[in-house]
Amino acid sequence: MKEIVKVENLVKRYKEMVAVNNVSFTVNEGEVLAIIGSSGSGKSTVLRCMNQLEKIDGGNIKIDEEEMVKEYKNGKPIYQSKDILKKMNLKCGMVFQNFNLFPHKSIIENVTEAMIIVLKKDKKEAEEKAIKLLDKMGIKDKKDAYPCDLSGGQQQRVSIARALAIEPEILFMDEPTSALDPELTGEVLKVIKKLAEEKKTMVIVTHEIQFASQVADRIIFMDKGSIIEMGTPKEVIENPKEERTKQFLQRYLERA
Amino acid sequence: MNMENILNLTKILLEGLGTTLSIFILTLVIGIPAGIMVAIAQNSKCKIIAWITKVYILIIRGTPMMLQIIFVYFAPYYLFHISYDRFIAVIIAFVINYAAYFAEIFRSGILSVPKGQKEAAFTLGMTKTQTFFRISLPQIIKRILPALSNEVISLIKTTSLAQIIGVTEIFALAQKQASFQFSIIPLCVAGVIYLVLCAVITLAFHKAEKKLDYYTIT
Repeated sequence: MKEIVKVENLVKRYKEMVAVNNVSFTVNEGEVLAIIGSSGSGKSTVLRCMNQLEKIDGGNIKIDEEEMVKEYKNGKPIYQSKDILKKMNLKCGMVFQNFNLFPHKSIIENVTEAMIIVLKKDKKEAEEKAIKLLDKMGIKDKKDAYPCDLSGGQQQRVSIARALAIEPEILFMDEPTSALDPELTGEVLKVIKKLAEEKKTMVIVTHEIQFASQVADRIIFMDKGSIIEMGTPKEVIENPKEERTKQFLQRYLERA
Repeated sequence: MNMENILNLTKILLEGLGTTLSIFILTLVIGIPAGIMVAIAQNSKCKIIAWITKVYILIIRGTPMMLQIIFVYFAPYYLFHISYDRFIAVIIAFVINYAAYFAEIFRSGILSVPKGQKEAAFTLGMTKTQTFFRISLPQIIKRILPALSNEVISLIKTTSLAQIIGVTEIFALAQKQASFQFSIIPLCVAGVIYLVLCAVITLAFHKAEKKLDYYTIT
């Protein structure tokens, strides 16, 4: 099976604080990987490093056979050329916790923007594709509305369509339902499930443990910047081996 | 003073309208892009550039504009015996002055665009320039329009300072007429002309704000 992402001994520090400590994992084509853990465990930071939103301090990230860091000189990473980094970046789609839609652009413009500006597609072709994507997200009828007219759940579905518009090899989702009212999470989880059924490769950072165990092929549990446990949902959620995983799941169940 | 006199007077004063409007328009056309550049320079990672722009803004906002106009025209003369066109000196002084104020307005606008949107643009493969012009700038414009309209309204009135170095615009003509006719009326007529100009500017900004009302920035 094709390896889309390979994270090797990733380290990320914020001044003295180690946010991600020696994290390694791979994501195969068609696989859904969920990363769970409490706030501050470093799970979002891992995602942001893979997407080049954060500079890394150690290790490497491989996207589709291309390495992000060429070499380390005096402990400082020397990155690949801009062109290679951009190519890598375009292979990754990103869905943010706060949607981050462009407020001055209509829904369809939000989706077509990168297709026209970055991929240089012609406008008509981009619009046709955008409508297809919006239809898939169940939000085609809002195509001429503006983000401020939409509910959080609708906005997040648009942002998924926007991320898919650049035809990424892999989709990263950073707590896609955390900013939503509980009654709106369902509609977003439904479209993510649909993508999982279509074998879209995804890495999802989430608090929704139940959802994670439903859609993910593998789950990583992180705590204090390190991977504590990694395996199938059955292994990690139902039969956790590590004490910290058990405690975390216990706390989660008590809350739910 | 009868109606005919006032009409005559208005005609005389409007001869200065061209100069007033030229100063106004040239300051906007050159000063606004210059202000954007200063605002960007102020946020520059290069500390020297950021520091220089901060000092520039401090000096410009901290000294009277009248002094700045006199300095721009006379300093080259006293220092190097260079004299040049007075109108050009006025434009240089106005651009230097207004770019500093515009820069402060733009800076607040630049800071107001959420970081998350720039990150989203980055993950979509957009370059920094594309992100600035297509994502940030339209929102910056919407956000700074009220502050900008304040500054633009002040500019039309400040053009009257041009007479300090002998550039004849509306207010200079009004003062001349006032002493010539020994009357306050010419100055009042000048005031009305400025008022009408301000009304037009205010209306234009209202229209622009309305036009950008189709979305809200969250």
